[in-house]
Amino acid sequence: MTAIASNGAAEHPICLTLNGQPRTLQVHPWVTLLDLLREQLDLIGTKKGCDHGQCGACTVLRDGKRVNACLTLAIMCDGADLVTIEGLASGDDLHPMQRAFITHDAFQCGYCTPGQICSAVGLVHEGRADTREAIREQMSGNLCRCGAYGNIVAAVEEALPSMTNGAKAQRGQHP
Amino acid sequence: MTPFSYHKPASVSEAVNLADACSHFIAGGTNLVDLMKENVVRPARLIDISGLGLNGIHATPGGGVLIGARVSNADLAWHPLIERHYPLLSDAVLAGASPQLRNMASTGGNLLQRTRCYYFYDTGTPCNKREPGSGCPARTGMNRIHAILGASDACVATHPSDMCVALAALEAVVHVQGPSGERQIPFADFHRLPADTPERDNNLAFDELVTGIELPPPVFEHHYRYLKIRDRASYAFALVSVAAALTFDGEVIQQARLALGGVAHKPWRDPVVERLLAGQVPSKALFNRAAQTLLQGAQPLSHNGFKVTLAQRAIVRALDDAARGAANGGARP
Repeated sequence: MTAIASNGAAEHPICLTLNGQPRTLQVHPWVTLLDLLREQLDLIGTKKGCDHGQCGACTVLRDGKRVNACLTLAIMCDGADLVTIEGLASGDDLHPMQRAFITHDAFQCGYCTPGQICSAVGLVHEGRADTREAIREQMSGNLCRCGAYGNIVAAVEEALPSMTNGAKAQRGQHP
Repeated sequence: MTPFSYHKPASVSEAVNLADACSHFIAGGTNLVDLMKENVVRPARLIDISGLGLNGIHATPGGGVLIGARVSNADLAWHPLIERHYPLLSDAVLAGASPQLRNMASTGGNLLQRTRCYYFYDTGTPCNKREPGSGCPARTGMNRIHAILGASDACVATHPSDMCVALAALEAVVHVQGPSGERQIPFADFHRLPADTPERDNNLAFDELVTGIELPPPVFEHHYRYLKIRDRASYAFALVSVAAALTFDGEVIQQARLALGGVAHKPWRDPVVERLLAGQVPSKALFNRAAQTLLQGAQPLSHNGFKVTLAQRAIVRALDDAARGAANGGARP
């Protein structure tokens, strides 16, 4: 069933899983996933930086893979399993990557941090980074204007082996 | 973004029959959504092809590989068949964009991405590609990133893809379907030079959908190099890129492929240069001659003269690396 908005344009229903919860939503075709999260669902952990896929601040996990929410149309997320920064921790128990970012002081202003952490979790899933150099290359889609790169790489490096082991132990629970 | 309607067909024939001059197909959307936000592209209808399958990579009976148009850049670059038999393609894909974008962007969409010319993106300026007949400010403006080969008075834009440079060198074939059936387009004939119709990047009709990319049987598994030169070490478009691939008969080059990115409206190849390399023993002098020949017709603009020298040096290095099997970590077998 398609609802008609006041401007005459059709909204479409989408069903998705958001941070573990099934959701049914009505969206206009031109609404990006980033705007849906921030403006309609009040999940403002995901940040709007450039809004053009260049900075990575809007990175979320879609079916376990890191993507730019700003270039994703919400209407194309029907059936998707989405995890944002709000969905990584289990209650007060932080995700290992979140803990590693705190341990290594891997941020200054913190604006890019949710995207950095989601991207780093995606990097671990991909399983293609095994050196510091590879982490640097594979984190290049996330800019940090404070320049906290050294500590970010150190945090990802520390979280990498523990998460690879942890992912085996608790597959399906955490992204 | 200008409002549009959204359609999600269940078959390729339904998709191409929905298409008209005011519609766009959408797959990963990484370039199209950005262009729509900038009002550079304003489709009345989006046709989402995510329900059409087209997302597999399969060996063909002829010994090649068929890549579905919707396969993501990341899935393509890391597929065992591609990593093992077409490592030049893997390397080129991984040299482009960011990990997030590579998870989203599709193989077919990579071919159809638009130039990153500043003036094309800026709707406050004229641009013959965006608005035919309005003019080309890049020709006399900020043209450091623009073309040095094959440009026209109307347009000096470059094609921004890394993947396509490798696909050109590998002589891929583009599979296309339209309302009247399927056809196959050799890669060299897919993209166009700007001439006086820069609004057309390629030879697809508006109601034709790229369904797949076919690679011929692999022969360049050992001697290849994708060398990308850019303003920063990662996540930037090429100023110049080189796809070099060689086969050997003993010490002698049997077959050579050489394609340039970042220098023209399409991946740049010259069969004369590839014939010049065949039958020769690798040497700096030979590679220099190839580089000079490939750049012979270069016509740099006011700010991109450096690209001519850069391209020549990059070609020599890429050919040298390919000959040594450097990307493959080994010496010639």
